[in-house]
Amino acid sequence: MASNGFQRTSALLRTLRNSNVTSAPVTFTPSGTRSVSLQIVQQRMKSVGNIQKITAAMKMVAASRLKGAQTRMEKSRGLVVPLIRMLGDLPGIVTDTTMVVPVSSDKGLCGGINTTVVKYSKVVAGLEPKTTMTIVGEKARAQLGKGNSDKVNGTIVDLSKIPMTFATASMVADTILAEGAQKHQIVFNKFQSVISFRPTVATVYSSDEYEKAAEAGQIKFDEYEMEGPERSEFLLDLAEFNMGVVMYNALLENSTSELGSRMQSMENSTKNAKDMLGKLTLLYNRTRQASITTELIEIISGASALEAKK
Amino acid sequence: SWTRPPRARRNAPRRDEEPSWLRFEGRRGPNGGRAREAVKPSTMDNPSTPSAFMKPLPEVPATPPAKLTLNFYVPHNIEFDGAEVDQVQVPATSGDMGVLPGHVPTVVQMRPGVVAVTLNDKEVQKYFVSSGFAFVHADSTTDICAVEAVPVEQLDAEAVKKGLADYQAKLVNAKDDYEKASAQIGIEVCGAMNSALGN
Repeated sequence: MASNGFQRTSALLRTLRNSNVTSAPVTFTPSGTRSVSLQIVQQRMKSVGNIQKITAAMKMVAASRLKGAQTRMEKSRGLVVPLIRMLGDLPGIVTDTTMVVPVSSDKGLCGGINTTVVKYSKVVAGLEPKTTMTIVGEKARAQLGKGNSDKVNGTIVDLSKIPMTFATASMVADTILAEGAQKHQIVFNKFQSVISFRPTVATVYSSDEYEKAAEAGQIKFDEYEMEGPERSEFLLDLAEFNMGVVMYNALLENSTSELGSRMQSMENSTKNAKDMLGKLTLLYNRTRQASITTELIEIISGASALEAKK
Repeated sequence: SWTRPPRARRNAPRRDEEPSWLRFEGRRGPNGGRAREAVKPSTMDNPSTPSAFMKPLPEVPATPPAKLTLNFYVPHNIEFDGAEVDQVQVPATSGDMGVLPGHVPTVVQMRPGVVAVTLNDKEVQKYFVSSGFAFVHADSTTDICAVEAVPVEQLDAEAVKKGLADYQAKLVNAKDDYEKASAQIGIEVCGAMNSALGN
């Protein structure tokens, strides 16, 4: 019976050792180091738990900011419509000098919106022979600075650190207009819903181009009576105002899209971290139970070996 | 017995099934072999343009409608959006202008002054605008685009008088054209606010 017990425990030990196959990437641990693999799993669990907390907090912050940003953005959409009605939305007029203005965020971890804007800016810049770029936002600068540095006129960063008002947007518009391009194409993400953002290209021309378009009948400016200065000065004022309004709307739409995209990506990160934490917990429990069982069996087999000797 | 054909690499298109746009054009690459420099169709959608998100414009009616459709926008707010009003008075640079339904299409540049909206026979809402543009369209839609607009009731008479005095002092002490111009603008706006309050 004692020898039977010994045979039984050794068989049990053998089957246990053979069946202790886990799906986790735990590399070979020599016997006597069972507690170390437990520690490794514990460390991983702790770091994944921290990641989950951080991403959940970032999602909460983005969600709390989203409502305010969305309200301001919707109010800024009103002023864009009369100017489109008056000055038209004609991205196709060919001009000598074109400036592309990609609008992006300063901070990262906001999903794919900045890459989308950069992709579209590259394509738009490739449509005309002579283009320059004024980059708004740190993320687009990082992506566009390497390949297209000959095209980049300047960069405007850290706009997220000051409150976004029409005055700030006018300053940005002034900086862009000061370069003197005939056509400006502003590429940004338009906010449609918390999970959907549409890459949009808005076009603003210089006042000379608007005059030519009015004479050619592409915009209906000449059909209107004018109360104010004469046509070229009027169109100059309108073009500058249009640029300010378009920049204000583009900056607000892009920052709202950034918040929505960040919410989404942090939500996904939290979910993934939670899943990973679940798997690691199972692994941890299995490893712990296996090590306890192994020790027990060794004790029992040792004891029955001693009894058998007697 | 049946033998399985050799398993192809997963992503490699088979020769006879290659799509025609991927066929090379016979150009020699740098290694002397035939280079595959074909153009693949793009996977990117076309970007939108802002006019795609606009509501479609109404048709121009044959006879002037009974009421004016007013859109009054400032960058940070929408004061009126498609509101039906009787009349609007607009402070143009060439003088005050009244807009009624059926007004000839006009573009107006506004000076600092009061926009008076007559909602119906009794109610008149007055807004002080800092300047901007107004567009009267053929279908009796009026778009007023101002940089800043406040209801006249919210203007503080004391602060306006103080501001006027400040800017007049700044004009006297102005060193260069920029300071002179900004002081003159301040005097014009404060003066207009003063007259809006009835002084």
